[in-house]
Amino acid sequence: MSLTDQEVEAIRSRVRNVRENVLRMIHNAASGHVGGSLSAAEILGVLYFKVLRVDPQNPDWPERDRFVMSKGHASAGYYATLAEAGFISPAELLTFDCINSRLQGHPDKNKTPGVDMSTGSLGQGLSVGCGMALGARLKNLDVRVYVLLGDGELNEGQVWEAAMSAAKYGLDNLTAIVDRNNVQLVGPTEENMPLEPLEEKWKAFGWEVLSADGHDIRDLYEKLIRAREIKGKPAVLIARTMKGKGVSFMEGTAAWHSKAPSDAELAMALRELGGETGV
Amino acid sequence: MYKIRYDMLMSTREAFGKMLAELGARDERIVVLDADLATSTRVDIFAKKFPGRFFEMGIAEQNMVGYAAGLASMGFVPVVSTFAAFASRRACDQVSISVAYPKMNVKIVGAYGGSFCGKGGATHQAYEDIAIMRAIPNMIIISPVDGIETQQALAEAIEYDGPVYFRTARPDTPTLFAGDYRFEIGRGVVLREGEDVAMISTGILTLDALEAAGILQEQGIEPYLLHVPTLKPLDREAVVRAATTAGVVVTVEDHSVIGGLGSAVAEVLSRYRPTYMAMVGMEDRFGESGADAELKEKYGLNAAGIAKKAVQMYRAKKGL
Repeated sequence: MSLTDQEVEAIRSRVRNVRENVLRMIHNAASGHVGGSLSAAEILGVLYFKVLRVDPQNPDWPERDRFVMSKGHASAGYYATLAEAGFISPAELLTFDCINSRLQGHPDKNKTPGVDMSTGSLGQGLSVGCGMALGARLKNLDVRVYVLLGDGELNEGQVWEAAMSAAKYGLDNLTAIVDRNNVQLVGPTEENMPLEPLEEKWKAFGWEVLSADGHDIRDLYEKLIRAREIKGKPAVLIARTMKGKGVSFMEGTAAWHSKAPSDAELAMALRELGGETGV
Repeated sequence: MYKIRYDMLMSTREAFGKMLAELGARDERIVVLDADLATSTRVDIFAKKFPGRFFEMGIAEQNMVGYAAGLASMGFVPVVSTFAAFASRRACDQVSISVAYPKMNVKIVGAYGGSFCGKGGATHQAYEDIAIMRAIPNMIIISPVDGIETQQALAEAIEYDGPVYFRTARPDTPTLFAGDYRFEIGRGVVLREGEDVAMISTGILTLDALEAAGILQEQGIEPYLLHVPTLKPLDREAVVRAATTAGVVVTVEDHSVIGGLGSAVAEVLSRYRPTYMAMVGMEDRFGESGADAELKEKYGLNAAGIAKKAVQMYRAKKGL
């Protein structure tokens, strides 16, 4: 299965909206995680605009696919994607991180429509996704569960407990996606706590391992579809991304892990995003 | 008036294991997760009866709690079973963030709550589980006294829609609530109505508190005894009534004196009815290995230790 050029272009345009909104939200709140929101923009876009069977008019539909944003700190990217998909209004995005907002610093399933699980304390989402996948199987539901993990998050031991158990239970209705942007809060992942050889680690834990260019919409889509067809074991997609993708001065640096842009930086960033696609 | 039935011995873990299997037959939503302790926690009874709804998660409590949250979100009622020490200390953040914060319908059962863990010592004793769970919003906390209360309370915990921490104990203990008894979440049970000194107890130590009441009566002291199987929400009115009736209060629990029943009672009384209090429980220290009776004696958790503190409070009240 592949996407037409038109479909790719439509998703790309919506992902650009997401990036712009991420920057506006974080600028407005003067807080939030910009680097990891921008690196995950295409991953979230391909999921919510194409792959996930979800209904924004009926966010609690029992037979929907589930998505767990295990890297909950990239909530700005998540909310902007949910708004683009129609779960919440784009106007609400500017309440992000504000007091009394439904859009908390880290996702709260009881506050934000479309959020399937509260996350934020790293390392917990894959276990929850495994439980959802197991539950779907026990109920004979044709439900697929997607879990988005940060690469720094893989430092947490619980991730590997979950990896072991998903293989034990052969959770082939589960796809984990690693946003492999190579940078965590303090610096490069390979300096902080080396993850490589990452693909071999997942393989050794009994997973089918796929990889994609995490900013290539067509590649992401094809790999996510292929993951769906794997039987008898869980699949993980290592999505190679760039931290801060799309804004030159934010790209590839830990400095923009959780920094809010100034007025001038916002203007510059928005110009870059628009310019890139000729708007 | 309830009397201790020494001829009816059963541990609360055993009663829990049997009832869980019984409830499993009635309620298909129940699934059970174990961290390689099934024969000790007694979820092995459920496992034999319902192998398709029993999941061995290995020695990985954090992951197990996450699975439970995921299963709950799909409409199941997961019962997570491990030792109290690991449910509270090891998986604390998962219980808080994956279960309590999103209000998932997960029942966390901590076996071997308190001192008695088969001589395992400090690593396996849980003196802070109630303190930890009490500080987590949205948690209901239940610590039953005997097999009958355990079985009723478990049924209520399963019916309740939300997170519950349920503490069971290892020793074979006598039965208190033979006959007519009805457990309700959040309700305390008055066992004696004397006016000289009030004892407020929870878990299996209520049995020792009741024995202590006998010692006090022999000395001409009439105790008030309130059993609180639910630590959160605490039966505030019953606690205030106990304090009002007797004027001095002794709390009794197999738990640290920091953060458990004693603290919960003090939080209520300091606000609604300031009252002189003493606490029977583990002082601020780690436990150790030893036979159950030896531990009870050394740390004052038996009838003699409880009675001693109650007499002190009574004498203080009388200015003796």
